[in-house]
Amino acid sequence: MATVHLPAALSAYAEQRRRVEVQLPGEGATVAALLDALGEAHPGVRQRVQDEQGALRPHVNVFVNGESIRYLSGLSTLLTEADEVWILPAVSGG
Amino acid sequence: MHIMLMVGTMKGAFLFSADAERGHFEADGPHFRGQAIYALAFDGRGGRRRLLAGTESSHWGSVVRWSDDLGKTWADPGEGNIRFPESSGAALKRVWQLRPDGDGRPGTVWAGVDPAALFRSDDGGETFELVEGLWDHPHRPRWTPGGGGLCLHTVLPHPTDPERIWVAISTGGVYRSDDGGASWQPRNQGVRAQFLPEPDRYPEFGQCVHKIDLAAGRPDRLYLQNHWGLYRSDDGGDRWEDMANGVPSDFGFPMVAHPGDPDSAYTIPLTSDEFRCTPDARMQVFRTRDAGDSWEPLGAGMPQRDAYLTVLRDGFATDGLEPAGLYFGTRTGELFASTDEGESWRLLAEWLPPVTCVKAAVVGS
Repeated sequence: MATVHLPAALSAYAEQRRRVEVQLPGEGATVAALLDALGEAHPGVRQRVQDEQGALRPHVNVFVNGESIRYLSGLSTLLTEADEVWILPAVSGG
Repeated sequence: MHIMLMVGTMKGAFLFSADAERGHFEADGPHFRGQAIYALAFDGRGGRRRLLAGTESSHWGSVVRWSDDLGKTWADPGEGNIRFPESSGAALKRVWQLRPDGDGRPGTVWAGVDPAALFRSDDGGETFELVEGLWDHPHRPRWTPGGGGLCLHTVLPHPTDPERIWVAISTGGVYRSDDGGASWQPRNQGVRAQFLPEPDRYPEFGQCVHKIDLAAGRPDRLYLQNHWGLYRSDDGGDRWEDMANGVPSDFGFPMVAHPGDPDSAYTIPLTSDEFRCTPDARMQVFRTRDAGDSWEPLGAGMPQRDAYLTVLRDGFATDGLEPAGLYFGTRTGELFASTDEGESWRLLAEWLPPVTCVKAAVVGS
């Protein structure tokens, strides 16, 4: 199980939880697979994190063990069961 | 009976209520704090009293939410309700327009969005489906985004003919369907595209139309505010005629037809494309009462000097009462109202976030 930390704005779509455990589909699971599993369990989270084509929304950041996946391998970043994943709103707006 | 004035801003929606006298407006909000609200509507058909809102979080995307208790609570479609099909390859950016259909189809609500597309709901705005006849139009690859994105920002259902619908797209132009949305034809003849070289300034499509509205009781007449140009059509959009007769500029965004008189309409000119502020730093609404043959300025009660204001395409509305109430909001957060057809104005609110849309409705009790 990987741990996913959600921002307050998304907890309403995950039974008010800020931290959810997600079963990875197996060895070699990617962030994309984790988001799929998270979205299956919590469709309202998926709607807000990814657009209808599966792309990460432009002002949403995903971190794995403290590093943004933008500087890793994006949605193809590999995960292990011990990883901590954070979904956070990026800096945007005015 | 009371008036509900719905004001969308870059950082939430505000609701202003007044009785039929329209003397005092009670403010409520902001709803959807921090979210951009480009589309609001009231739907009083079929026994409903429903507010609809297109809400857009800069982080978490856009959905249509609705309230059946005049804004006390809002339904939140957790999984979204305007979604492009996977085969389209497109993703929703913004809901620009929510428009209940005529009384004959009380469940139908239209939504215009960015990227330019029309969606249809048959359950009062709770779920939507892409109108494929327009999405598959051969012109679509040649529509291009303007400053506000590539948006379908106006939907006008014909008041009595359920088969006829107009939409306006920036930058694409006006399109009309005469078969309920199955097929669409461009309706831009006579409308200029100033941003194209001569001699191609009157193309079949591609105009940057800013707003169209239907004349009251005369549904073959439409008024159009273009990105440069004021036009009227008396044949359902088949042909447009220039009616910029006596305005300080024919650049601007909104266009509001009078709710009872088909010869009357209102617009708010801006100086130019480059300087999108009120001409001569005076806040003036312009009215025609002869279908565009002449225009008169209306500014009583509004600042007539040092006023560099901007009103966006959906920032101006009428309430449909007699005498007509008129309301508009600015990018600098002022909200002005007239309850005597524009003869005099007053400031209803100031220091709001930038106003993106204003809608007014008579709400039954």
